[in-house]
Amino acid sequence: MAARFAALAAVVIAGLTIPAAHAAEPKHGGILHIYHRETPPSLSIHEEATFSVNAPAMAIYNNLVIYDQHKPQASIATIEPELATSWAWSKDNLSLTFKLRSGVKWHDGVAFTAKDVKCTFDLLQGKAQDKFRKDPRKDWYANLSDVTVAGDDEVTFHLKRPQPSFLAMLASGYTPIYSCHVPAAQMRTHPIGTGPFKFVEMKQNESITLVKNPDYWKKGLPYLDGIEYTIIKNRATAILAFVAGKVDVTFPTEMTAANEADIKKQDPTAICELKPINVNTNLIINRDKPPFNNPDLRQALALSLDRKSMIDIVLQGHGDVGGSLLPPPEGVWGLPKDQLAELPGYGDVAKDREKAKAILAKLGYTAGNPLKIKVSTRNLATYRDPAVVLIDQLKQINVEAELDPVESSAWFAKVARGDYAVGLNLTGNGIDDPDQAFYENYSCGSERNYTHYCNKDLEKLFDEQSAETDLAKRKKLVWEIDKKIQEDVARPILYHARTGTCWKPFVKNMTIMSNNAYNGYRYEDLWLDK
Amino acid sequence: MGTYLIRRFFLMLLTLFGISVLIFTMLRVVPGNIADILFDAAGMIDVSEKAKLEHELGLDKPIAVQYVAWIDGLAHGDLGYSYVSEKPALQEILPRIPITAKLAGLALLFSIAFGVPLGVVSAVRQNSKLDYALRVISLSGLSVPAFWLGLLILMAFVHFFGTIPIYTEPPKDFWSALWLFSIPAAAVGFRSSALIMRLTRSSMLEVLRQDYIRTARAKGASDQNVNYNHALRNAVLPVVTVIGIEAAFLMGGLIVTETVFNIPGIARFLVEAIRWRDYPIVQNLVMFIAFVAVFINFLVDLLYAALDPRIKYS
Repeated sequence: MAARFAALAAVVIAGLTIPAAHAAEPKHGGILHIYHRETPPSLSIHEEATFSVNAPAMAIYNNLVIYDQHKPQASIATIEPELATSWAWSKDNLSLTFKLRSGVKWHDGVAFTAKDVKCTFDLLQGKAQDKFRKDPRKDWYANLSDVTVAGDDEVTFHLKRPQPSFLAMLASGYTPIYSCHVPAAQMRTHPIGTGPFKFVEMKQNESITLVKNPDYWKKGLPYLDGIEYTIIKNRATAILAFVAGKVDVTFPTEMTAANEADIKKQDPTAICELKPINVNTNLIINRDKPPFNNPDLRQALALSLDRKSMIDIVLQGHGDVGGSLLPPPEGVWGLPKDQLAELPGYGDVAKDREKAKAILAKLGYTAGNPLKIKVSTRNLATYRDPAVVLIDQLKQINVEAELDPVESSAWFAKVARGDYAVGLNLTGNGIDDPDQAFYENYSCGSERNYTHYCNKDLEKLFDEQSAETDLAKRKKLVWEIDKKIQEDVARPILYHARTGTCWKPFVKNMTIMSNNAYNGYRYEDLWLDK
Repeated sequence: MGTYLIRRFFLMLLTLFGISVLIFTMLRVVPGNIADILFDAAGMIDVSEKAKLEHELGLDKPIAVQYVAWIDGLAHGDLGYSYVSEKPALQEILPRIPITAKLAGLALLFSIAFGVPLGVVSAVRQNSKLDYALRVISLSGLSVPAFWLGLLILMAFVHFFGTIPIYTEPPKDFWSALWLFSIPAAAVGFRSSALIMRLTRSSMLEVLRQDYIRTARAKGASDQNVNYNHALRNAVLPVVTVIGIEAAFLMGGLIVTETVFNIPGIARFLVEAIRWRDYPIVQNLVMFIAFVAVFINFLVDLLYAALDPRIKYS
């Protein structure tokens, strides 16, 4: 009996260990097929602001430093060297020096040097002779005074004031290093990088083809022979293509909870993950024009919100209530639940709505004489759906709102003109970091500060937190700022959505980032167990 | 006939000129241009950078100057550059034409092959069970939405065969191309064949009641001879007109089918180009589709004379 048990145990152990060992050993070869939701505007990451570009293009490039591609929660603590081998801050925290990797070559065979790093940041700051067509993240480098090189393998960033988050921005998928010898215009159509995959071609409405870089500086990588992005505009077709095995991975973060359920029903072997992507849906209230130049009215709108029911209706419960930064546990900097609950509009919905009604009544708006407004938004389902729920919620406080769907291309021009009363907008954060979120969306004069909210005292706190090197102290400051932003009804956050990605079980080493949608597509160590 | 051809040629030119003015104006009336769209994707508008981009692309020039530049380029075979891909527009448009032509050709073949004979059968056997069944089929062909039928076909393929007949890469040979295009062509052809079937039926019914058909029968001509040689030849004229219209429609109107089956043809490309306000692509593509439509109409007119010797052009 004991012998039989031992034999059986041996078989079971062998059965468990052999496939495990087999699965752990990466295999070289194969083409990874991913569907892409649209033809990206270009593959020049620096000129674009959508992960439709980052997803296929990140694999072409390298950064100086990069977020660990297998730690879902990206933070300062997960930053790893890439083209840099090490980095060091000066004592006054005003200089950040990187030692660079030697022997790295661009895809066209030219050697990578420190000058390429300087060229990249000169381009980003508009100092170079060559120019980008558009430069959506130049604000990220507003604190950068200059970049100097020492030989071919050392580069120093000189800052105007200490900014620990500068490193976080360098680690983003949005900060690849470009070469000096390839013009900015060519980077849009035929990018040359140092990354694990070389660009082959992009056919509008058809495909994007990347092929393995055999001279990649990380020896033995990448495992894949190439990546083929098939552009499938129709999501229903794309899902069927995934189920039928035409593609191995769905477009990152494109699946809703309902899509995932549908996929799992048709293909139970599929692996799907639904995570926050650090894109929040928010209200923009025009504070420059009547009636919302009255802060009491803005306050009333904020008090009308029932975020939980909005998440339940629009996202089938797959979203999070939060402030301007992604809430924990996935978010690093977001306000904790107890502090959030203290904010106006985040507590008892019925009580808050009574307060809102009282404010409106004081201003003469009642059930018999409701405040009539338009809620403008882009004419896309992800914008329209929450706007419709919002209109219903506003009705509860005697605000009669009408939906004003705006043709997508005219949206930002309309917002920039201030030609709206209340708008519903989506804000994507490139990295989970207070500097990026605060300066980009709430600082005076920023192009993305759509509502023109401007609080000079708070701006001083932005700088204070940005320069703070003690993480705990900084977090405290960040929470203080976020609370003030919500209290001031700068841009009420409705929710942070969770969306999903699915892949076939033979796709190994796939990690989906849980606090951003822009930084996890290097794919150098992805492999196919086929 | 020579005078007629010359007149038709100039009429074609006039039509194309009118279309060029119309499409050029309409594109500029639609809100936003490529610079707006590019900045829209970036979530911001930098007024000076936008103005610089508009200047770079010549969008700040007066509309009349832009129009003349386009027509001048067109006359010299220079279609300009796509604003999105930054490649020559011709290089972007040309590879897509055969894709749509194959799909449209197959769909037309399908619709004629089924539509005409079944329409004749339906008319000849009027009010029979077969006629009723064919009428139900033709009505459903006209009323079923193309996107729904397309998705249904894809779902059926995935469910029953574990594969999906969509375009993910260019077909390697004739047979794989035939396989790839025949399913979406059948989906499109179902609607077109229904239309042709109904038209053939009603046209045939009208002709079959004519005196000369009775005379032919009285002279002892067989049913087949009467139906196909005497009746169909006369009944086919309106059908030819509809086939011509369908052919022109199929070259530019297969947006839904190309989207559902992921076919990178000109219709889907046109819609994308409109979304991006990629003027060089939209203008030239619309002109191409207009040319095809005008030319097919011209061919149909010539075909009338061939089918009915009584028609003479002068």
